[in-house]
Amino acid sequence: MLPDTMNQPAKFTGAHSLFRSLEHEGVEIIFGVPGGAILPAYDPLLDSRIRHVLARHEQGAGHMAEGYAQATGRVGVVMATSGPGATNLITPLQNALMDSTPIVAITGQVPTSAIGSDAFQEAYTTGLAMHCTKHSYMATNADDIPNLIHEAFHLASTGRPGPVLVDIPKDVLNQVTTWREPHLHNLPGYKPTVSGHPMQIRAAVDLIERAERPVLYVGGGVIKAGASAELLAFAEAVNAPVVTTLMARGAFPDGHRLALGMPGMHGVYTATTAIQKSDVLVSLGARFDDRVTGDPNAFAPDAKVIHVDVDPAEIGKVRAAEVPIVGDARSVLQDLLTFLGTRRDLSAAPPRDTWFEELGSWKQNHPLSYEQEPAGPIKVQHFIERLYQLTAGEAVIAAGVGQHQMWASQFWGFSNPRTWVNSGGLGTMGFAVPAAVGAKTARPDDLVIALDGDGCFQMTCQELITASTEDIPIKVVVFNNGGYGMVKQWQNLFYGGRLSAVDLGDRYPDYPKLAESMGCVGLRVDHPSEIDPAIEKMLAVTDRPVVLEVVVDGEEMCFPMVPAGGSNDRIVMRREDL
Amino acid sequence: MQHTLSVVVEDKPGVLARISAMFSNRGFNIHSLAVGPTHQEGRSRITLVVDAPALEQLKKQLNKLVNVIKVQEMESSEALEREVMIARISAPPASRGEVRDTASLFDARVIDISATAMTFEVSGTPQQLSTFLDHLGPYGVIDLVKSGRIAMKRESELTPSPVAAGVGK
Repeated sequence: MLPDTMNQPAKFTGAHSLFRSLEHEGVEIIFGVPGGAILPAYDPLLDSRIRHVLARHEQGAGHMAEGYAQATGRVGVVMATSGPGATNLITPLQNALMDSTPIVAITGQVPTSAIGSDAFQEAYTTGLAMHCTKHSYMATNADDIPNLIHEAFHLASTGRPGPVLVDIPKDVLNQVTTWREPHLHNLPGYKPTVSGHPMQIRAAVDLIERAERPVLYVGGGVIKAGASAELLAFAEAVNAPVVTTLMARGAFPDGHRLALGMPGMHGVYTATTAIQKSDVLVSLGARFDDRVTGDPNAFAPDAKVIHVDVDPAEIGKVRAAEVPIVGDARSVLQDLLTFLGTRRDLSAAPPRDTWFEELGSWKQNHPLSYEQEPAGPIKVQHFIERLYQLTAGEAVIAAGVGQHQMWASQFWGFSNPRTWVNSGGLGTMGFAVPAAVGAKTARPDDLVIALDGDGCFQMTCQELITASTEDIPIKVVVFNNGGYGMVKQWQNLFYGGRLSAVDLGDRYPDYPKLAESMGCVGLRVDHPSEIDPAIEKMLAVTDRPVVLEVVVDGEEMCFPMVPAGGSNDRIVMRREDL
Repeated sequence: MQHTLSVVVEDKPGVLARISAMFSNRGFNIHSLAVGPTHQEGRSRITLVVDAPALEQLKKQLNKLVNVIKVQEMESSEALEREVMIARISAPPASRGEVRDTASLFDARVIDISATAMTFEVSGTPQQLSTFLDHLGPYGVIDLVKSGRIAMKRESELTPSPVAAGVGK
């Protein structure tokens, strides 16, 4: 059986089978970089309907696949060669593992006969991947390729999603084979639980109905499960405030009366404090990460915890749960709503006046704040607010890692899931540009903006050449504070202001020129009064990528802040409070 | 506290590496480990003795591995546990009789002998092997090797059978 989209090859090989299998899984696009061991796979690519985006570095290709996956929920695919190609993928694989992003990595490997001989460009890829994937495979026979690829996609996209790697030696890619429809998964040890246990559903509803100060603590699992509509219905039915973690921004509309925003180390005061004071904490697809809990022993001390997660290993890992529910967030929320509906009218939610009064007073007394002097320098927070206004918030935002990422999460008002693409768990600087490229390929009609720092930008900016070459017109805002802002903030706060290796200088590179040299439009703004025209100019360009350098205040610090390992009861709102 | 885990896995390349990688990743300690095929085609059983304060988390992380099919924890009261040991004990002619007599209480077999030493093979519960060493140790242990522990869950309630309770067999 030969693929209808491929010319009849003289010999049908493992490489052909690979592309036939990828097409069978519905793959539209692959991000990759060729090389020696993967060479055979790049030939049938020419005859496949699958688009290949040629990245300039395998790490960039990996983050593109992640951006594609985060912006759509579909599996992102990255392809690289053996040795350095594979080792360059380690960062995106670990990033995808930490953020539960479904990607499949295909890597070439030296021929079977050379494995273990320290051959040219040999690395023990499946061994390296063991620590940073959900699962990894090595193909030893081309006849197995359809099943391996099918299993890889199944593992990547079901249960708790994550990265899966398939390593294919060059001789296996060259082996003559036939393609067979992949059969049902031979995975006796893999049976993710989707539905919550009915008794636990009942126990959860009992607890929530009796709660006086409930909080819904929403994590990235809600976005992965596509459970935003169910979350909205449930939050309204129980009339409970909602906090959305960094990975969950967009899972619940920030404009909703029940939305409190992001909790944690740089979270909104009210969101962090609401959790601290809650009596029932409903965790939905969240994992009690240290950036959310601060000191776990001081975290939400009075709360009874209902913990919903599709990964049983997350339940009880950090915090014991009174009501553990293993299940997919969407399925569990549906069951909670259905069961609640048998108890009472869903619209007859308790008013919880005292709780909302308390939350309201915190909101009023401890808002997010910054001061923008009209004469400058520009504050990142102000720029983000202007960008939000001028785009009406209708954009997919990708972020790097650091201060600008926290400000983006704080000051962008998210309305929809999958409009926030960021590196949460691993905190990978350089994520924004390639991730935005990946997101834009998936959503060509949407405005995709990377909000990046100068430090991050310098790590992966060469992927703008990819964007220009491949006609992927993303916008990139580079907040230039001349250094590693977050590291500098910690040195200022916790190392007595002894600044070490955080200064990137203000002379090089010339960002607009660098951008122009990579085929983008390059813009710069350094005065508050020029912000709006600069944004308008950036938005007006639709045929090419744009880089807008925003020269910002290098001394600004990101608040609120709970110092690492500290109690969430002690939120620092400004430098003087520390 | 030590726990015995019996883990049924798919017999696929790299399974043991995945398990030991997870242990070192997550900071768990393996005290002993034994691997071998089961009666079922394509299935191996790994018996692990672990020092793990967070046993629940460890079991969940094991279950999370795609090639792990079943994880069973066994209390020693409900487990049939065995280890095999080869011990070379100093036994010059003067003490040879005593050494042999003591060892025979544990059903230890002599598998090698020289002018100055006797080498025994002995199998039993971890406690039995430990008692063996308590008694033979004073004569001088020259070399020693122990298999990892293997275990299977009992079908019967624990009754003081000669095998389960006694020093010897």
